[in-house]
Amino acid sequence: MDMFIKFLVAAIGAGTPLLFGTVGEILNEKVGHLNLGVEGMMAIGACAGFMGGYFSDSFLVALLAAFFAGMLAALIYAVLTVTFMADQNVAGLTMTIFGVGISNFIGVLMITRSETGTLKLPENVTAQMRGVHIPLLSDLSVVGELLFQYTPFVYLGIAVAAVCGFYLYKTKTGLNVQAIGENPGAADAASIPVTRWKYFNILLGGGICGIGGAYCGMIINGGVWISNSVNGLGWIAVALVIFAAWKPHMAILGSFVFGALRVLKFYKVGFMAGWPDAFFDVLPFLITALVLIVTSMRGSKGVHIPASLGVNYFREER
Amino acid sequence: MNETKKASREPLFHVVKHAERSAKQMILFRLAAVLFSILAGGVFILLIGYNPIAVYGTILEGAFRSKMAFQATLKFTIPLCICALGVTLAFKMKFWNIGGEGQLIMGAVFATFFALKFPHWNHWVLIACMMVAGIIGGGLWGLIAALFKIRWGTNETLLTLMLNYIALHLVSYLQAGPWRDPAANGFSKIARFDKNAALDKVLGIHFGWIIMLVLVAVIWVYLRRSKQGYEISVVGESQDTARYAGINVKKVILRTMFLSGAIAGLAGVCQAAGSDMTLSMGVAGGVGFTAIIVAWLCHLNPGMILVVSFLFGILQKGSSVVQSTYGLSADSAAVLQGVILFFILGSEFFVRYAFVGRRKAKKEGAN
Repeated sequence: MDMFIKFLVAAIGAGTPLLFGTVGEILNEKVGHLNLGVEGMMAIGACAGFMGGYFSDSFLVALLAAFFAGMLAALIYAVLTVTFMADQNVAGLTMTIFGVGISNFIGVLMITRSETGTLKLPENVTAQMRGVHIPLLSDLSVVGELLFQYTPFVYLGIAVAAVCGFYLYKTKTGLNVQAIGENPGAADAASIPVTRWKYFNILLGGGICGIGGAYCGMIINGGVWISNSVNGLGWIAVALVIFAAWKPHMAILGSFVFGALRVLKFYKVGFMAGWPDAFFDVLPFLITALVLIVTSMRGSKGVHIPASLGVNYFREER
Repeated sequence: MNETKKASREPLFHVVKHAERSAKQMILFRLAAVLFSILAGGVFILLIGYNPIAVYGTILEGAFRSKMAFQATLKFTIPLCICALGVTLAFKMKFWNIGGEGQLIMGAVFATFFALKFPHWNHWVLIACMMVAGIIGGGLWGLIAALFKIRWGTNETLLTLMLNYIALHLVSYLQAGPWRDPAANGFSKIARFDKNAALDKVLGIHFGWIIMLVLVAVIWVYLRRSKQGYEISVVGESQDTARYAGINVKKVILRTMFLSGAIAGLAGVCQAAGSDMTLSMGVAGGVGFTAIIVAWLCHLNPGMILVVSFLFGILQKGSSVVQSTYGLSADSAAVLQGVILFFILGSEFFVRYAFVGRRKAKKEGAN
């Protein structure tokens, strides 16, 4: 039982960077942009968040730095794909190559310039990013452990997903935005400002991915900078969007399930003892591939993929 | 009232399709883009406190300074170029094969099977088997996405993306389990190939470079001069037209994706049996993704793919020298590639479209 609670807690932690990445990508895909640059935007967020915390000694500044760096990266992508109508796959992949590259590059540069040869977040920041402690609630035996002892990233992630879900599904703007992803020509004809909302969503999505990256850069390696901290999580996030059927609230569930898959290898139950680690590592990708195939088998019924996904909108070709 | 006024106001500028530009203009646009990106990279180098001319000089010098350096440059070029040629076939058909990475890995895995299990075979029989195995491994991996695409219309971008990681973790399984080198105590890695399983050297470099050059010519002829190549173009332009013309679209998609994966698989054989002499998780190392960018950058032109792959090889090798000289991370290659690509992606727009200002547009409207 104790083991099981530890497993759930670890799963939620491991799922949190995925949650940010997934929600960010959902915002992108809802306006018809299949952004393959999540990995890169997260890497940039990881670097910006870590360096922000390192130099300012403030967790809040770290978060803001990650958010704005992610947004800046997304701005490049948005200018290229929305205004310049460049190929989305190529622009996204370039973002990933560039983002991972520059994140590692700056990290190594800072390490060579530090006196100790390592980069470690100041104590003040690590204290703030460690698990929260709410008097009474956090001290409850099982409930406290399961609900009230996480790093602030976890609560922020759930809040962001909830707000984005509300924005997309419960506000008029959000519904308009979804119309852009389905048919930008029709949305334009209905005088929805297509370009403006595309920029808004892509930039907001990029910022959210950046915060997810900050989790990787700051928490995964325990406050020490190590290259490649995102290490493929961005790609899992792209996959999770399908699993979550393009719904932010489903992304919460999905990312914790995938988080559980990621940590399962450390909590093998009896009959799994002989199973190789690689099998557990591949599960998120395997399951996503199966989800992808099954949803396509079911035909158009119940498929939530935005109809114009991956296709740029050129007004004069309506 | 205010709102209707706003809505009726003309935007400051709008975008129109530009008439086809001449080849000379297009080359000029791209050169300008590369120039701008080198400038931007230079500003970045300056900002972090180094001399851009010296760093760029080191990249160039590092890639060519000795015979060995040049060979290393070519070793980066070979898998990249071959893999880019592979995805070119799929892209020509507008089939978004993002799975070059996975297909390359599977090619290497299949070839490694023979290298590990039958090292005592006659050298040429063994090499031939490894090549064929690599072709089949990569081809089958490419075929998976094509099968689901023609049967249920499964999104190939996302499926090939997932298959990359499934292939990668297959390697991690093999090196930790069945193919683990017992001699490497504690480490999970695959043993070095027997010398008998190594690709022969021609002029100092494994003969993958000959395969690369042959493939450049073959793909050029295949796409431009063969019936199958023509079918690929038609299917890429419009599947309905293809069907109307009596082309078996499903067959073309399956065949092309097999070939696309098979070529990427060959790149995997070259990397494993030519450069690495073993199979590791880093066998592809992002080559499959860079290859997509190279193919796109060259407008699917095999000759250009060779040139650009070589340039990327220079960048890769040169930046590893920058790493040892200046202590700057070799990730600078990825950063520079990214910057160059951003600029070229941007420049594409000006090749195909143009901004038209408010006043000018009105004038044209009056005409």
